[in-house]
Amino acid sequence: MSTTTELRARIDEIIKSEPVALFMKGNPEFVMCGNSSRALEALREAGSPVSAVDVLPDPAIRQELSALSGWPTVPQVFVGGELIGGADIVQEMGETGELEEKLAEALGPDYRDCAAERTLTL
Amino acid sequence: MASAAALKVLLEEAFPDAAELGVEDRTGGGDHFQVVLATPRFNGLSRLDQHRLVYDALAEPLRNGAIHELRIRTRGTE
Repeated sequence: MSTTTELRARIDEIIKSEPVALFMKGNPEFVMCGNSSRALEALREAGSPVSAVDVLPDPAIRQELSALSGWPTVPQVFVGGELIGGADIVQEMGETGELEEKLAEALGPDYRDCAAERTLTL
Repeated sequence: MASAAALKVLLEEAFPDAAELGVEDRTGGGDHFQVVLATPRFNGLSRLDQHRLVYDALAEPLRNGAIHELRIRTRGTE
Protein backbone atom coordinates (compact mmCIF):
# COMPACT_ATOMS: atom_id res chain seq x y z
CA MET A 1 0.00 0.00 0.00
CA SER A 2 1.22 3.46 -0.87
CA THR A 3 2.05 6.18 1.62
CA THR A 4 -0.66 8.52 2.85
CA THR A 5 0.49 11.34 0.58
CA GLU A 6 0.50 9.12 -2.49
CA LEU A 7 -2.89 7.72 -1.53
CA ARG A 8 -4.40 11.17 -1.20
CA ALA A 9 -2.90 12.24 -4.52
CA ARG A 10 -4.32 9.13 -6.23
CA ILE A 11 -7.81 9.73 -4.77
CA ASP A 12 -7.64 13.36 -5.86
CA GLU A 13 -6.62 12.31 -9.36
CA ILE A 14 -9.59 9.90 -9.60
CA ILE A 15 -12.01 12.59 -8.40
CA LYS A 16 -10.71 15.08 -10.96
CA SER A 17 -10.27 12.77 -13.94
CA GLU A 18 -13.24 10.38 -13.77
CA PRO A 19 -16.55 11.63 -15.20
CA VAL A 20 -18.44 10.07 -12.28
CA ALA A 21 -16.53 8.66 -9.30
CA LEU A 22 -18.34 6.58 -6.69
CA PHE A 23 -16.45 5.82 -3.48
CA MET A 24 -18.30 2.93 -1.93
CA LYS A 25 -18.13 -0.11 0.32
CA GLY A 26 -17.59 -3.09 -1.96
CA ASN A 27 -17.81 -2.84 -5.74
CA PRO A 28 -20.68 -2.71 -8.25
CA GLU A 29 -20.69 -6.51 -8.56
CA PHE A 30 -20.66 -7.07 -4.82
CA VAL A 31 -22.00 -4.13 -2.81
CA MET A 32 -21.26 -4.34 0.93
CA CYS A 33 -23.54 -1.62 2.29
CA GLY A 34 -27.12 -0.45 1.85
CA ASN A 35 -26.21 3.19 1.34
CA SER A 36 -23.60 2.34 -1.29
CA SER A 37 -26.23 0.25 -3.03
CA ARG A 38 -28.74 3.13 -3.06
CA ALA A 39 -26.18 5.52 -4.54
CA LEU A 40 -25.18 3.01 -7.22
CA GLU A 41 -28.79 2.26 -8.16
CA ALA A 42 -29.61 5.97 -8.49
CA LEU A 43 -26.64 6.42 -10.84
CA ARG A 44 -27.65 3.35 -12.86
CA GLU A 45 -31.21 4.57 -13.21
CA ALA A 46 -29.95 7.92 -14.47
CA GLY A 47 -27.85 6.08 -17.08
CA SER A 48 -24.63 7.38 -15.60
CA PRO A 49 -21.12 6.06 -16.15
CA VAL A 50 -19.64 4.84 -12.88
CA SER A 51 -16.00 4.58 -11.84
CA ALA A 52 -16.18 2.81 -8.50
CA VAL A 53 -13.55 2.73 -5.77
CA ASP A 54 -13.88 0.33 -2.85
CA VAL A 55 -12.89 2.02 0.42
CA LEU A 56 -12.91 -1.18 2.48
CA PRO A 57 -9.43 -2.62 1.73
CA ASP A 58 -7.70 0.04 3.86
CA PRO A 59 -9.17 2.45 6.48
CA ALA A 60 -6.68 5.06 5.20
CA ILE A 61 -8.67 5.34 1.94
CA ARG A 62 -11.71 6.57 3.80
CA GLN A 63 -9.68 8.92 5.99
CA GLU A 64 -7.93 10.53 3.03
CA LEU A 65 -11.15 10.73 1.02
CA SER A 66 -12.99 12.51 3.84
CA ALA A 67 -10.02 14.83 4.41
CA LEU A 68 -10.19 15.83 0.73
CA SER A 69 -13.95 16.15 0.42
CA GLY A 70 -14.94 17.36 3.88
CA TRP A 71 -17.70 14.74 3.85
CA PRO A 72 -17.62 12.28 6.76
CA THR A 73 -19.53 9.28 5.41
CA VAL A 74 -19.38 6.76 2.55
CA PRO A 75 -20.64 6.55 -0.19
CA GLN A 76 -19.52 9.75 -1.88
CA VAL A 77 -20.42 10.64 -5.47
CA PHE A 78 -18.40 13.08 -7.56
CA VAL A 79 -19.57 14.34 -10.95
CA GLY A 80 -17.02 16.21 -13.06
CA GLY A 81 -14.74 16.53 -10.04
CA GLU A 82 -17.42 17.98 -7.77
CA LEU A 83 -18.95 16.29 -4.73
CA ILE A 84 -22.70 16.03 -5.27
CA GLY A 85 -23.50 14.03 -2.16
CA GLY A 86 -23.96 10.72 -0.42
CA ALA A 87 -26.71 8.14 -0.87
CA ASP A 88 -29.59 10.32 0.34
CA ILE A 89 -28.82 13.34 -1.81
CA VAL A 90 -28.06 11.29 -4.93
CA GLN A 91 -31.25 9.27 -4.47
CA GLU A 92 -33.30 12.45 -3.96
CA MET A 93 -31.71 14.04 -7.02
CA GLY A 94 -32.56 10.89 -8.98
CA GLU A 95 -36.19 11.09 -7.92
CA THR A 96 -36.55 14.76 -8.87
CA GLY A 97 -34.65 14.49 -12.17
CA GLU A 98 -31.85 16.77 -10.93
CA LEU A 99 -29.31 13.97 -11.23
CA GLU A 100 -29.87 13.58 -14.96
CA GLU A 101 -29.69 17.37 -15.36
CA LYS A 102 -26.43 17.47 -13.44
CA LEU A 103 -24.94 14.64 -15.52
CA ALA A 104 -25.98 16.29 -18.79
CA GLU A 105 -24.58 19.61 -17.66
CA ALA A 106 -21.24 18.18 -16.50
CA LEU A 107 -20.69 15.44 -19.09
CA GLY A 108 -22.73 16.60 -22.07
CA PRO A 109 -26.25 15.63 -23.21
CA ASP A 110 -25.05 12.31 -24.67
CA TYR A 111 -23.58 11.07 -21.40
CA ARG A 112 -25.62 7.85 -21.54
CA ASP A 113 -23.61 6.70 -24.58
CA CYS A 114 -20.55 6.13 -22.41
CA ALA A 115 -22.37 4.72 -19.39
CA ALA A 116 -19.93 1.93 -18.57
CA GLU A 117 -19.27 0.70 -15.06
CA ARG A 118 -15.75 0.04 -13.95
CA THR A 119 -13.92 -0.56 -10.72
CA LEU A 120 -10.67 1.24 -9.99
CA THR A 121 -8.03 0.04 -7.58
CA LEU A 122 -5.83 2.37 -5.59
CA MET B 1 -24.57 1.81 19.85
CA ALA B 2 -26.66 4.94 20.20
CA SER B 3 -30.30 5.64 20.91
CA ALA B 4 -32.68 7.61 18.73
CA ALA B 5 -33.52 9.73 21.80
CA ALA B 6 -29.85 10.60 22.42
CA LEU B 7 -29.33 11.60 18.79
CA LYS B 8 -32.49 13.67 18.91
CA VAL B 9 -31.12 15.60 21.91
CA LEU B 10 -27.94 16.43 19.96
CA LEU B 11 -30.03 17.64 17.01
CA GLU B 12 -32.37 19.66 19.25
CA GLU B 13 -29.34 21.41 20.75
CA ALA B 14 -27.93 22.18 17.30
CA PHE B 15 -31.30 23.15 15.75
CA PRO B 16 -33.44 24.67 18.54
CA ASP B 17 -35.72 26.28 15.94
CA ALA B 18 -36.49 23.06 14.03
CA ALA B 19 -40.00 22.99 12.56
CA GLU B 20 -39.82 19.21 12.23
CA LEU B 21 -37.36 16.82 13.81
CA GLY B 22 -37.55 13.06 13.83
CA VAL B 23 -35.01 10.33 14.53
CA GLU B 24 -35.95 6.74 13.84
CA ASP B 25 -33.98 3.63 14.72
CA ARG B 26 -34.57 1.82 11.41
CA THR B 27 -33.64 -1.67 12.53
CA GLY B 28 -34.06 -1.49 16.31
CA GLY B 29 -30.37 -2.35 16.60
CA GLY B 30 -29.20 1.07 17.74
CA ASP B 31 -26.92 1.77 14.78
CA HIS B 32 -29.05 2.43 11.66
CA PHE B 33 -30.86 5.75 11.88
CA GLN B 34 -33.13 7.93 9.76
CA VAL B 35 -33.11 11.66 10.51
CA VAL B 36 -35.82 13.97 9.17
CA LEU B 37 -35.20 17.65 9.82
CA ALA B 38 -36.84 20.87 8.67
CA THR B 39 -35.54 24.18 9.95
CA PRO B 40 -35.47 27.79 8.73
CA ARG B 41 -31.67 27.58 9.01
CA PHE B 42 -31.73 25.41 5.87
CA ASN B 43 -33.52 28.04 3.82
CA GLY B 44 -31.37 28.93 0.83
CA LEU B 45 -28.75 26.25 1.57
CA SER B 46 -27.86 23.46 -0.87
CA ARG B 47 -28.66 19.90 0.20
CA LEU B 48 -24.91 19.35 0.59
CA ASP B 49 -24.66 22.16 3.11
CA GLN B 50 -27.85 21.08 4.89
CA HIS B 51 -26.45 17.58 5.32
CA ARG B 52 -23.07 18.95 6.42
CA LEU B 53 -24.80 20.77 9.30
CA VAL B 54 -26.49 17.52 10.36
CA TYR B 55 -23.16 15.69 10.20
CA ASP B 56 -21.60 18.46 12.32
CA ALA B 57 -24.30 18.05 14.97
CA LEU B 58 -23.76 14.28 15.04
CA ALA B 59 -19.96 14.41 14.66
CA GLU B 60 -19.19 12.51 17.86
CA PRO B 61 -21.44 9.45 17.34
CA LEU B 62 -20.33 9.35 13.69
CA ARG B 63 -16.66 9.52 14.69
CA ASN B 64 -16.80 6.89 17.44
CA GLY B 65 -18.73 4.40 15.33
CA ALA B 66 -21.98 4.51 17.36
CA ILE B 67 -23.81 5.29 14.10
CA HIS B 68 -23.18 2.66 11.49
CA GLU B 69 -25.62 3.98 8.90
CA LEU B 70 -27.30 7.36 8.78
CA ARG B 71 -30.05 8.40 6.40
CA ILE B 72 -30.85 12.10 6.25
CA ARG B 73 -33.77 13.98 4.76
CA THR B 74 -33.66 17.73 5.16
CA ARG B 75 -35.60 20.77 3.99
CA GLY B 76 -35.97 24.43 4.70
CA THR B 77 -39.25 25.93 5.84
CA GLU B 78 -39.98 28.22 2.89
